Amino acid sequence: MKNNKLYIFTLLKSSFEDFKRNKIRTILTSLGILIGVLSVVLLIALGVGLKNYISGTFESLGTNIVVVLPGKILGSNGSFRGGAQAVSPTEFDERDISALKKIKLSEYVVPIYQKSVTAKSIDKSEDSTIYLTSADYFPLRNYKTISGVLFTNSDTQKGAKKAVIGPKIAEKLFPNADASIGQTIEISDQRYKVVGVLESKGGGFGGPDFDSAIYIPYKSGIAFNPKKNFIGMYLKAGNSDTVAELKKEAEIIMDKRYKEDDYSIIEQTEILKAVTQIFSVLNTVLIAIGSISLLVGGVGIMNIMYASVTERTKEIGIRRAIGATRNDILFQFMAESVILSLFGGVMGLVLSGLIVLAVRSFFPASLNLLSVIIAISVSTFIGVFFGVFPARKAAKLSPIEAIRYE
Amino acid sequence: MIQFEKVTKQYELGGEIVKAIDNVSLKINNGEFVGILGSSGSGKSTLMHMIGLLDNPSSGKIFIGNKDVSTLNDDEISKIRSEYIGFVFQQFNLVNQLSVLENVILPTVYSKKKLDFDPEQRATELLTRFGLFDRRNFFPNKISGGQQQRVAIARSLIMKPEILLADEPTGNLDSKTGSEILTLLNDLNKDTGVTVIIVTHDQSVAKKTKRQIFIKDGKVVSKYS
Repeated sequence: MKNNKLYIFTLLKSSFEDFKRNKIRTILTSLGILIGVLSVVLLIALGVGLKNYISGTFESLGTNIVVVLPGKILGSNGSFRGGAQAVSPTEFDERDISALKKIKLSEYVVPIYQKSVTAKSIDKSEDSTIYLTSADYFPLRNYKTISGVLFTNSDTQKGAKKAVIGPKIAEKLFPNADASIGQTIEISDQRYKVVGVLESKGGGFGGPDFDSAIYIPYKSGIAFNPKKNFIGMYLKAGNSDTVAELKKEAEIIMDKRYKEDDYSIIEQTEILKAVTQIFSVLNTVLIAIGSISLLVGGVGIMNIMYASVTERTKEIGIRRAIGATRNDILFQFMAESVILSLFGGVMGLVLSGLIVLAVRSFFPASLNLLSVIIAISVSTFIGVFFGVFPARKAAKLSPIEAIRYE
Repeated sequence: MIQFEKVTKQYELGGEIVKAIDNVSLKINNGEFVGILGSSGSGKSTLMHMIGLLDNPSSGKIFIGNKDVSTLNDDEISKIRSEYIGFVFQQFNLVNQLSVLENVILPTVYSKKKLDFDPEQRATELLTRFGLFDRRNFFPNKISGGQQQRVAIARSLIMKPEILLADEPTGNLDSKTGSEILTLLNDLNKDTGVTVIIVTHDQSVAKKTKRQIFIKDGKVVSKYS
């Protein structure tokens, strides 16, 4: 029986002494793995962070929501589809809103029309998106104000020239949120009085930036929407159990007026699923690209281990002469390769952690247990995989030829 | 006991068969102090490598104890090497990444049998006996050639081998230090009964042994020439 503790101690000591003697070589070799692990872990961190951010944003925008949109947006497998069917000339109008409001399960039915505009205060001008909607939009989306009030159903019906604006645009056009209340904003020659500023909901990163949006009663925005059409409608179910049923009833109503391919009724969870799916694919592709650097790092380890076997041929002969078996030699070199790779992996992980901490304030990155497990296991695997060939070469050396090697 | 029965070792060199060892039969009994003497290229090193199980014969049989070792596989040979044979080389051949003490302990690390001693304690005892206790934490390149050879001898003894094989053990040492090493090997043979085999081209070294085996052109001859 081997004295395992002594065996491992001697093995580690030999490895670390060898690394110490070849400090620069060791660092450079580990650097290859460090860069590989860093890129993969960071991509995972950014991917996971972005996914969580999107889910969080979706949840903060209200739950149990069903969206009615023109065209056939989702394919049968739940993914977004492109092509002619996804683009539809269908536009909804007030008749649809009235029809959908008859569904008892729907707590709110909200029309939406949106348009990119330039909003002006007295001295500033800012690009924004204007949303023409009803007062029910706010409770449907869980919106609350940080300053002022929301416009009401009566404002909606009267077409009051009132605007509720996002916190970002409020700060851009006016000194601050409070100062914007009662002020006037001008959009395409139409003047609106700011009555409320919403709390922050985030958005951006390629999606809609809700914090920079302007919301007005839909009847007050005929100047932007002369056909009085809507590009979408939101329905909210009373609770999560009735969402599917609400969707089904809405389909029955919509089918009376539109062809099946002319509209889509999507649960919010379906959109979330489709968006997440896109991100997963994108993330997988990026990780695959990042993995190439890991592969290059692995080849670097293999190269150095081959050099090490040649340099230490005599030492291998000595060890064999004093009783080491082929497996002992194999294990020694494999261990060195794994230590080298693992060192790079752990350093890459630490560096990723620091970068994630540094960017967290402006990008939703998040390092999770999966990243740690992947970094450790991938670098161990690389050490084993790329170390086994040089180690086998070492183990196969004839002791007598090895000991004669100069 | 080591016994060679009609052992031949041949190589192919440039399309020709070269016999490094040619039909050698010999016997070395337990506790002997033997010198194998031959000039350069005589085949003495090949003979030593086969005694030390570092090389296989092309034909013939080698017995260590009563065991035929010429047919064993690599792992079995490593085990016998580890348990029965200690090596001392002309170049000392210590592992530079390990301290003096760790070098002496190293054979126990690779041993597959349960040891009846504490490796560190025995290594310290051996180093103390060879006057190297205060050098135990030094790396090999920080001590003199004579000290390195004594470390190598301590390492060869840690597993309590039955055979100690020394290949030109004084070849890299000045005459005074070389003489001290030979005295040490002689004392070990006397005190512990370990079989000591010294391979050398130097007659003055061989004369210190109790029996000489002369090798010439791969064969055992009766006289050194």
